[in-house]
Parts: sequence; C-alpha cells; structure tokens
Amino acid sequence: MTARDALAAETAPVNSARIPAEGMVEKRGIGLWFTHAGLILGVIVIFFPIWLAFVASTVSQPEIVRPPMPLLPGDQFLENYTKALFSGVNAPVAWMLFNSLVMALGISLGKIVISLLSAFAIVYFRFPGRKLFFWLIFLTLMLPVEVRIVPTYEVIASFGMLNSYSGLIFPLIASATATFLFRQFFMTVPDELAEAARVDGARPMRFFWDILLPMSRTNMAALFVILFIYGWNQYLWPLLITTDPSMNTIVMGLKQMFPSGDDIADWPVIMATSILAMIPPVIVVISMQKLFIRGLVDSEK
Amino acid sequence: MATLTLNQIRKTFGKTEVIHGVDIDVRDGEFIVIVGPSGCGKSTLLRMVAGLETVTSGEILIDDRRVNEEEPMDRDIAMVFQNYALYPHMTVFDNMAYGLKIAKTPKSEIEDRVATAAKMLQLEPYLARKPRELSGGQRQRVAMGRAIVRKPSLFLFDEPLSNLDAKLRVQMRLEIKDLQKQLGITSLYVTHDQVEAMTLADRMIVMNGGVADQIGAPLEVYENPATEFVAGFIGSPATNFLPARLFSPRDARIKTIGIRPEHATLTTAGSGRLPAKIVFTEALGAETLLHLRLDTGESFTIRQDGTAPVPTEGTACGIDWPDSRELDFDEAGKRL
Ligand SMILES: Nc1ncnc2c1ncn2[C@@H]1O[C@H](COP(=O)(O)OP(=O)(O)OP(=O)(O)O)[C@@H](O)[C@H]1O
Ligand SMILES: [Mg+2]
Repeated sequence: MTARDALAAETAPVNSARIPAEGMVEKRGIGLWFTHAGLILGVIVIFFPIWLAFVASTVSQPEIVRPPMPLLPGDQFLENYTKALFSGVNAPVAWMLFNSLVMALGISLGKIVISLLSAFAIVYFRFPGRKLFFWLIFLTLMLPVEVRIVPTYEVIASFGMLNSYSGLIFPLIASATATFLFRQFFMTVPDELAEAARVDGARPMRFFWDILLPMSRTNMAALFVILFIYGWNQYLWPLLITTDPSMNTIVMGLKQMFPSGDDIADWPVIMATSILAMIPPVIVVISMQKLFIRGLVDSEK
Repeated sequence: MATLTLNQIRKTFGKTEVIHGVDIDVRDGEFIVIVGPSGCGKSTLLRMVAGLETVTSGEILIDDRRVNEEEPMDRDIAMVFQNYALYPHMTVFDNMAYGLKIAKTPKSEIEDRVATAAKMLQLEPYLARKPRELSGGQRQRVAMGRAIVRKPSLFLFDEPLSNLDAKLRVQMRLEIKDLQKQLGITSLYVTHDQVEAMTLADRMIVMNGGVADQIGAPLEVYENPATEFVAGFIGSPATNFLPARLFSPRDARIKTIGIRPEHATLTTAGSGRLPAKIVFTEALGAETLLHLRLDTGESFTIRQDGTAPVPTEGTACGIDWPDSRELDFDEAGKRL
C-alpha cells in the first residue's frame, strides 16, 4: 500500500506539471526556482564551514596561518590524514575513532535492548509497583546527565570503571525516551495478538522475541540512528572518566588537541580529525535512511 | 475431541459480577453456540474456557480433567479471534505453523498439516503472502487454518464472522459448519447474530446478563422459549408481547403473553381476539409483515405468506392465534 502511494505521489507532480495551461506552468516554474535557490543557498551556508574544514585538512600549517585562508584543497591530504590517523596529537585518531565506535554502539544497542525489555515489562505484565516504575523511568527524562554527573562519577569510580569501555557505556545506557517510545508502540499492538500467541503456546519471552521484536524493527532502526549519534557526540562524560589518552573518544579528543597556553596547534591535523569524526555518523544515517524514515512514518501493524 | 463441562462458573471483575453461575455440559463433537446481546458475558465465558481469563469460582472440565489453573496451551484448545489476530510480519504459512513450531513438531509434519489445512480452506495460492495482502475472507480462513492445524480437542470461536460483509458471512458460516462436521471437533462459538446461532448450533445457549437463560437445540429454543427474554431474542421479527390484563387470563400468575408474528392471523374487523388497525405493511415477496396497532395502544406484528392478499393500510381488523401457540410468562419473565 505504502509503496504504491509513494509511487503515485512521486509521479503525480511530473504528470500534472505538463498538463496545465502555460501560465500555471510558468508560475509553478518560478516558484520551483525560488524553492530550489533557497534550498541551495541554505545548503551552501550550512556546508561552507565543513568545506573550509576539509580544505584546511589538506593544506600545510603555514598555509593556514597565512591569510587569506585558502578556499581550494591543497596537496597535503595524504600526509595530514596519515599523521592524524596513526600518530595524532595526544593519541592516534584511529584509536579514538575505535573507542568512539565502541561507545556509540554500546550505548545505542544497550539503550535499545534495555528499553525494549522495560517497555515489554511495563506494558505486558501486571506486577506490583508497575505504575510507579513507569513514572520513575519517566521522571529521569527530566534529569539530564549533567545533573547527576557527580554521583554517577562516584559510583563508576568506586566500581573501578574509570578509563574503561564499561565506564563509558553503562551510565548512559538507561533511556527514558526510548522506553517511552517502545511503550507507546507496544500499546498499539492489539491484545488479541498476545492472546493468540499465548493460545499457540508462546511463553512471554517467546512472544517478545518472535512477534514483538520483528514488529518493532523499523522503530528500532530509527532509534538506532538517533541514539548512535547521541552516543557518538558524548563529550562531558568521556572527558570526566577517561584520563588515559588511549581511552579518549574522538569528540573529546578533538577538543584536547586544541593548544593550551603557548603550544602551537597543528591545525591541518585537527581539521583532518574533525572530518574523520563526522564520517561514521554520516555512514550510519545514510545506510539506515530507508528504515529510519519508514520507522518515523509508519509501522507494520 | 473432547467433552466440556462448566460447573457453576462465576466471574467477577473488581466488585461487579458479570457471570452469575453458568452450567453447561457439552458432548463430544457437539457444536455449541453461545448467543446473547452485547455485554451479556459471552466473550468472558469463552475466554475463561480458553484460559485467557481467570475463573472466579466454579470448575471447567475438559474431558473430565479440571483445567482451571492450566495455561491455554496446555488445555488443548484453539481459538479464532474476532479480528483474526494474525501475526502481521509472518507469511500465511508461518502464521499457521507457529503453534506447531513451538510444540516442536517435526518439520515434515508441520508442512503436511499446513498443506492439508490450506487445501481444505483453499488457501494454497496464498501461503507465501503476508496477512495484509489478503482479503477479509482470506484472513478469516487463515485464522481458521491456524486453529485446524493444531488438531485441538476444542475449538473456540469469538464472533469470527462479524468483520465480514453479509454475503461472505453466509458463505463462511456454511464453511465453518461443514469443516466442523468433517473434523468432528467439539466447538464453542460465540455470536450475537441469532441467524448464525440457529443455523450453526447443535445446541445453543442463550445468555442474558451473565446467566444462561436456556440451553437447547435451536428449534426447541424457538418453539419453547424458557423465558420472556429468550422469546424476544430468538426469532425475527421479534415476538409480540402483550400484558395479560388485556384478556381474562386462565391463570392468575400470567403477567405477559407472547405470540410470534408467524403464529398470529389477521381476521376481519369485529372478529378475532383483539381489535386493531393496520398501520403499515411491508411486502417482502416471500412474506408480508403487517404492523398493527391495538385499540389499547400496543403495537403488534403479523407475518403472513407472500401469496396472501395484502390488506390496505389504515383499515380496522382483528387478531387471532391458536391457544397452543400462546407463550405465557409470569412476573419474573419465566415461562409457565
Ligand atoms: N477486563 C474487564 N474488566 C472489567 N469489566 C469487564 C472486563 N471485560 C469485560 N467486562 C464486562 O463484562 C461484561 C461482559 O463482557 P463481554 O465482553 O463478555 O460481553 P460480550 O457478551 O462478549 O459482548 P459483545 O457481544 O459486545 O462482545 C460487560 O459488561 C463488560 O463491561
Ligand atoms: Mg464479545
């Protein structure tokens, strides 16, 4: 149904643009030009700094420092990127990228698993304090990480999880938003489905695994994209708990490359690092785009 | 195949009791239809038998085995839901096979059983499709197929046809009856449609406000309704009820008299038991419905053969019926 509708929506404007009287077409044409011009302008404005960063990552240090700033890529691409990836400033960027990837994947997958399970418990089981637990989870929505960062640090430190992946991941893994989202979705799943599964002999976890999970596929994909980027962009928390450069994540590592005091910044390498830092989230968004959009607009019910 | 016994089944939601002690004995292979108006507790009763709802008090026995505390899967039942409840992400084949897969049935047997059921239900061309690619009638068949492949000892149906259009409903009704005869599986079928109940049932249970008013073969219920409610609910157009004070009753306990439209006859003005006036007539071809108003104000319907002359509206007339067709009810609505 949706595929056919989408097709109709895509072909319809093309057809109707040809048919109407000339005046209409002209008006429409001008409107179209304006929209496009507006969009292109917007893209240029947004893209320009990124372009500058890219240019800066391909030239040499003296070229950057000497005004005017070059607008076309230079010839230092390979040197700068190799230097960034394998030696970096404090730690090799390849290493930081890997740390970030572990953290972002850990956070997004962990969040999805935990929130799926807690939403399942809240929607499908009647246990004492069910409402209370739901509201407790919901309440944490009001408290951003920063508010509870000191006690969280205490806990992680006393567990000896400083400078470790578990320390990076676990405190960020509980997610009220995702739990809430899955709860809303599960509540739209007809009760009869759970009953049919029960008559078919499926125990609760089997129902969860065989029926609820496949039905939540698109929601999970959409959440994964959002949460991956959330995890990737974590700054304050990794900054607090990783003191060992080999545990630095890319977003905080980038900040630490900035010169302090009289040091001289290696701007081309820093710029190469920031370009590199952008690549994984972009890949995730592009590769999950189709599922992501489907997850936002419809669900298989 | 199995027998089913309900012993003084009661169900309370919070403080309100919705089933007030129901007793039923279902014989092996029997097709029982539970019929009643909306909210009378039909679904609740069925769901208790299925094990989807706990029993507040009383006993449910399947093949003389008490199943009150058993999970649905252990009761050896299969259920067809009103909205089909097909798994949307699974193909028709997987929908039908799911229960068997969980029961760890060997793969070859699963394929055999699904193939047999699909053939029986003419679903063979659709086995690879998802439920949303099927029509309502086909979905209904898949839901039936899912029940059949498990070879349960008891079939439970909760208004399985209410989402279909009128024509398809008649067709599926015949198919269900046919299928049940072929398989000989004891069935409990819930509906609020009395035609469905009359045509499908070996015996029917007429429920009214959480009580089984009458249990019996459809024609027996029609001929001999046990209560005023049953007399009014079964039969279309509905039975005419008249207060006994219009006559000189032969028994002081009689408070209401029921006469079915098909048992009353039109007489000329001045004759018959009661004087009336024809308000309007509906000629339906095979039959004609005459809507009358008694001189005392009550309305009354007569159903006569389509070949009989249709009287003009507005004329005065009389109503008569044989004594044997009179249904007498006491104050509480019980048949006398
Ligand atoms: N979970 C519940 N909690 C409280 N009351 C309930 C619950 N389920 C059903 N009831 C009540 O029990 C009564 C019987 O409901 P039931 O669903 O069995 O009716 P029904 O005969 O199947 O009606 P219908 O023909 O409309 O499906 C109704 O008055 C209903 O409000
Ligand atoms: Mg019901």
